[in-house]
Amino acid sequence: MSAAPALPETAAVHWRPRADARRLRARGRTWTLTTVAHTVPFIATACWLFSLEPLSFPVGLAALAHAWMIPELYARRGSNVVRPRPRAEAGPERVALGLLGDLVGHEARALHARTGLVPERGTLGVWLVGEAGALLVAPGGRRVFCWCVQVPEPGLPSADRIAHLLLALRADEAGFATVANLAFSGAPWRLRRRIPARARPALDAGIRLARVSSPAV
Amino acid sequence: MARLIRMDTTGHTNLAEWTAGDAAAEELAVAEFRRQLDAGYYAVVSEGEGRARQVAELPLDAELVILRRPIAGG
Repeated sequence: MSAAPALPETAAVHWRPRADARRLRARGRTWTLTTVAHTVPFIATACWLFSLEPLSFPVGLAALAHAWMIPELYARRGSNVVRPRPRAEAGPERVALGLLGDLVGHEARALHARTGLVPERGTLGVWLVGEAGALLVAPGGRRVFCWCVQVPEPGLPSADRIAHLLLALRADEAGFATVANLAFSGAPWRLRRRIPARARPALDAGIRLARVSSPAV
Repeated sequence: MARLIRMDTTGHTNLAEWTAGDAAAEELAVAEFRRQLDAGYYAVVSEGEGRARQVAELPLDAELVILRRPIAGG
């Protein structure tokens, strides 16, 4: 990707520090620590109650269910960024698909046709760009970030929405990650079971590509 | 033939076409380009796979200039 000047949209989020690999690593760690901080008290409560009174196990089970649900809810929120949106009419969709096809290579075109996501290698990792956001598989493939970012323009065909995001990403990858809102960060397996089945091969392909990248973010 | 296109609800719209040395066509394309930027569009030149360049002036030597809407965190 080109080291272009900042994406103009970053002016709308001027208070955010510009994204880079080091900041992404820190955000990922913070996300994990926050999730742990939310779940550990429930697990500890369940253990404590059981040690006090084994017959309190139904309450302990409820606490454990909470501990299980919190990371699942985060992952579900992350998966929303790759959920398909309502389609425009067939004509505009076809035209937009033609333009998107001109912007990407054969493999990316094929993956988009199968999964609805366009893969794009960047300096921060492997991106999987959808209509209303993007997944970023960090180098090493052990962490995925879900970014909520879109074109606030109703009526655009699906492929045009992807092309908007793809062009912005290519123009300024760090700026793109600065403008986008982080919806989830964590292990790919946690996200994989939450995203639509159609999108899973794209995540798998992104992980494979990210594993041959280094170093791990 | 170079083109200026805008991504919109129709898929995309061809706004201008020009060839190098055709001053009249270039002038029309530049005027249209400025009108679209004033309307809030951003212009991007795709430079092959993985690369794109945001431009504030119409690059007359580019094959394809694409106008896009601003993006925003959801």
